[in-house]
Amino acid sequence: MTDAALTPAQSAKARARAESEARLKRRYRAEARFRFYGRAAIILALAFLVLLLGRIGLQGYSTFTDYRVSLPVQVNADRVDMADLGGSNFNLTVAESALALLGETDDPYGEASAEMMAILSGDMGFQILDRLREDPSLVGQTITVQGPMKANASLYYKGQISRDTEVGGRLLSDRQLDWLDELRERGVVSGGFNWTFLSRSDSTEPEQAGVWGAVVGSAMMLFVTAMLAAPIGVLAATYLEEFAPKNRWTDIIEVNINNLAAVPSIIYGLLGLAVFINWLAVPRSSPLLGGLVLALMSLPTIIIATRSALRAVPPSIREAALAVGASRTQTVFHHVLPLAMPGMMTGVILSLAHALGETAPLLMIGMVSFVPGVPETLTSAATVLPVQIFIWENASERAFHERTAAAIIVLLVFMVLMNLVAVLVRRRFERRW
Amino acid sequence: MLIWIALLGLILFSVTAYAAGRRKVLSAAGGRARLMHSLPGYHGAYLALWTAAPAIILLLLVSLFGAQIEEIVLRADPPAAVSTLPDSTQDVFYNDVVATVTGGQVSQTIYDGALGSAFAEKLVQARDIHRSLTTGALIAAFILALAGAAMAWPRLSADFAARPRVERWIAVLFLACSVVAVLTTLGIVASLVWESWRFFQAVPVFEFLFGLTWDPQIAIRADQVASSGAFGAVPLFMGTFLIMMIAMTVAAPVGLFAAIYLSEYAGPTVRAVVKPLLEILAGIPTVVYGFFAALTVGPLFRGAFNSLGAQFIGGPLDGLGLYLMQVQNQMALVAGAVMGIMLIPFVSSLSDDIINAVPQSLRDGSLAMGATRSETITRVIMPAALPGVMGALLLAVSRAVGETMIVTMAAGLQARATFNPLDTVTTVTVQIVTLLTGDQEFDSPKTLSAFGLGLTLFLITLMLNIVALRIVQRYREQYD
Amino acid sequence: MTPMSNPRSSFKMTAQRDDALASAGTSRAAVGKVSATDVSVFYGDKQALFDVSLDMPDRMVTALIGPSGCGKSTFLRCINRMNDTIPGARVDGKIILDGEDINDRKVDPVLLRARVGMVFQKPNPFPKSIFENVAYGPRIHGFADNKTELADIVESSLKRAGLWKEVADRLQAPGTSLSGGQQQRLVIARAIAVSPEVILMDEPCSALDPIATAKIEELIDDLRSQYCIVIVTHSMAQAARVSQRTAFFHMGAVVEAGATDEIFTNPRDTRTQDYITGRFG
Repeated sequence: MTDAALTPAQSAKARARAESEARLKRRYRAEARFRFYGRAAIILALAFLVLLLGRIGLQGYSTFTDYRVSLPVQVNADRVDMADLGGSNFNLTVAESALALLGETDDPYGEASAEMMAILSGDMGFQILDRLREDPSLVGQTITVQGPMKANASLYYKGQISRDTEVGGRLLSDRQLDWLDELRERGVVSGGFNWTFLSRSDSTEPEQAGVWGAVVGSAMMLFVTAMLAAPIGVLAATYLEEFAPKNRWTDIIEVNINNLAAVPSIIYGLLGLAVFINWLAVPRSSPLLGGLVLALMSLPTIIIATRSALRAVPPSIREAALAVGASRTQTVFHHVLPLAMPGMMTGVILSLAHALGETAPLLMIGMVSFVPGVPETLTSAATVLPVQIFIWENASERAFHERTAAAIIVLLVFMVLMNLVAVLVRRRFERRW
Repeated sequence: MLIWIALLGLILFSVTAYAAGRRKVLSAAGGRARLMHSLPGYHGAYLALWTAAPAIILLLLVSLFGAQIEEIVLRADPPAAVSTLPDSTQDVFYNDVVATVTGGQVSQTIYDGALGSAFAEKLVQARDIHRSLTTGALIAAFILALAGAAMAWPRLSADFAARPRVERWIAVLFLACSVVAVLTTLGIVASLVWESWRFFQAVPVFEFLFGLTWDPQIAIRADQVASSGAFGAVPLFMGTFLIMMIAMTVAAPVGLFAAIYLSEYAGPTVRAVVKPLLEILAGIPTVVYGFFAALTVGPLFRGAFNSLGAQFIGGPLDGLGLYLMQVQNQMALVAGAVMGIMLIPFVSSLSDDIINAVPQSLRDGSLAMGATRSETITRVIMPAALPGVMGALLLAVSRAVGETMIVTMAAGLQARATFNPLDTVTTVTVQIVTLLTGDQEFDSPKTLSAFGLGLTLFLITLMLNIVALRIVQRYREQYD
Repeated sequence: MTPMSNPRSSFKMTAQRDDALASAGTSRAAVGKVSATDVSVFYGDKQALFDVSLDMPDRMVTALIGPSGCGKSTFLRCINRMNDTIPGARVDGKIILDGEDINDRKVDPVLLRARVGMVFQKPNPFPKSIFENVAYGPRIHGFADNKTELADIVESSLKRAGLWKEVADRLQAPGTSLSGGQQQRLVIARAIAVSPEVILMDEPCSALDPIATAKIEELIDDLRSQYCIVIVTHSMAQAARVSQRTAFFHMGAVVEAGATDEIFTNPRDTRTQDYITGRFG
């Protein structure tokens, strides 16, 4: 290496050096840019996730508290027709008692009581009816009933309806707001966990609507799906992977299964409508029907997951078993299936979790109906969680939107639980080869 | 009910047969299993299978198709009061008769007068048929079980090859299960084709595929059917295409870059955190996305466009401003964008697999030449992965075309032939849902058109899937 | 890959490279072109190399031999910092290339790899045409100002790799359509195209048949006149045929290094002797 003075050759080199330096800078800028795009994509995707879950959490969490009022109700004999208990207007009785508690009386046009009825749930009227049926001697006495506030009243207590809004754009009048404040001051209103939402079924009144019926419906439907899809899927996958000869027929079955897995779910709804309802006369809207349709839908994914679990068992295990004289079937049952079990279970649970959230095919088979009770058998009309979400989303009352988000939270909790089970199974039994 | 009890009895019987068969061969071999061809359990299983399987198959067939058989016999001799009724009402009538007997769901129709006596008459007949069918099935099952046991019992001996025979039964069961998948496909194709064929008798295929107006009016009276509306599906196809394009515009770049970052840049920790989070995004049910689109994104976009429009009012872009002021919650852009979010994890996980399948030696080769990571990715990895990535994107397109809930909740119902993302449009899937939910008369072209749409949807997605899966498979084989 | 923090360091590297090219005529056999001192490599908690010191002189072939898993390839990958691409890998010690420590934070691995080329065990042509494979390096490093210059570089590289005659008429055919031996020579041509000073070869013949191997060995002997070549090989016969210097690796350390003739005829360490006489390995 020499330290000579600058020669023309060396200055040419210096130019070349500067050029290559600039080029390197450009290349690193391109590198940084590319990396930024990748990072931005990830951040964007995660931001969507946070936005989606956060928004639903914010919309839904308030559903889990509700406000209940406890009122002494004077059951006047002149208001009760003992011959036709159901025909009496107990809601009016409740409203009048509430007015009396606040030191007011109804006006001749019944406007005050009507406004009062609009903030107290009709549930209390039914409670009185039930108690009178049990014990008619209560007529003329004062009984204390406890029941929920109407959804809009609860929204005010939760701060979602503000006094500052103009009266026209507000769901409650000034008088109603005054009453609500006073009821709270008198200590007859108490907030607490909303058991109603978890323990009741669909209702036309938001404050009485709950997800229990839908949860039971979902559980029944998933039970049918699991009972059908899991064994059939696992056996089919085992056949294709372990027994089937490699020929044109099994190729067709294989291509067919891969394609079925990508068929839009709504098509399965059409299949259910045409085959199960119109041909096999399975009762509409029933968990049995929903389960059948979802079983057909989950079958390909279960088969694919099971096959990959079977493929993960190394061939040396099979050879070892065959070499000691086990038959093909014995090899599969004694060695391959037990080893592939965790992978298969994970696949089955994840497919079922997916089926739990599926909505579109169920709309086709009549599950979008108002079902106020808990389904009793596999063939009675039922609704399921995702469809309940769809129905409530369509409702116009604002309180139902809050409940839709809460139902989504319930659904997501169940899905998270199922995924958690799948992860635990994988962790607990995972084997690396 | 009786059939279920019979099934239980059969199972108990076969368990007994299992124990008896085992005992028989064990005593025949003098208690030493080593002298036998097959283990004693296989002998027991062989006997149990022959006892229970044929009878159970018979009972299952009867319980599946019993109602159909009963109805066919009932219809053989229609009372005068019924045969004059229209076909669909006849269906309801017979359905109610059978359901009353078997305990199924009965329609709320009230039968009185001549119809009432016909109903009572048929009810008696149906009870008879039902009773004789059930008893017949039970007797036949009993005979089958005995015959099976009688056939298998004498065969059991120490050197009888029970294992291969039991294994053949198992193989048949396995095969039957994998045939279910094929039957599903056949069922889909058959039901779609059959109902669509009925639809295309009322509406010509050409009009359906190329007609520009979609307006399936409800035919309230039977004589109104002919004038029932327009079934030109082009606006639906355009709406579906528009929303799919918007969704892919969101999902393709974000999903691809996310996959590239995860597989080429991210360290193990980042991958371990981000991948499960993306899986959560993929696991969220579509109805939740629909809710998010309808109640959050829709109003948000609408507000943004409306206030943007307000800026233009009175200016040179007054017309545009007026238009933006009238934008609704339900627009193609909202449904498309939210669907795009839904597809991000789908695209990224598929692409991630594909990029990972590119051999490490190519990466090493490029890096060893002094290429930067991004040069390696854009010049070596992506060209190599391109076919696979195209396949993944096609699968995403197929998902977008078939997606139902998001569009049902956020896109709208108006069939408009437009490519304007701010308009409300409707899609094939939305129309299927709309046509088939609520009360419906099954034979009207309106309802049947849903199957025509379903068939089209099925064929389009099937083609996309076949092409995409083949591309992906070829690609995988290349690097195996 | 750290973004370039100090442009002057690359300036320095380029300058030295130019000087090295300028002094190409002088003999510098005594000083290693590449010289490693106390190099240790860790993969996570596991140590793969233990204080390896080795000189690799210019215009000579240095063979690294030893049983599988002894760290030869790991060491080779240190010389062009390919270990940087493995998450969790850490390299200690000094590797001096023409007087500069290549592990210095200021050294840009991208530029380093242009100076130190590498040929892998399995031929790994990119899924592009033969022409594009060879043109890849010159393109990304901007060595050619126009198409004819690029074509010239491709032609001369293919000629030097002894592949020109076989592929001259089908430069647009995919690189993967060549035979294994041809692919390996294509990969060597690809490495030559960026005019490296050092060429690392990681068992370049292990996936090839004997005839293709003979051709590659011939090529290595040819290339020796211009480059410093480091070759990892499993075959002692190959080491004896192509190399002038040999280092014997065992359990992540260099047991013995020296002139190839010496090592093969008169090994000082018993382990070396056991290995070359085939008692283990």
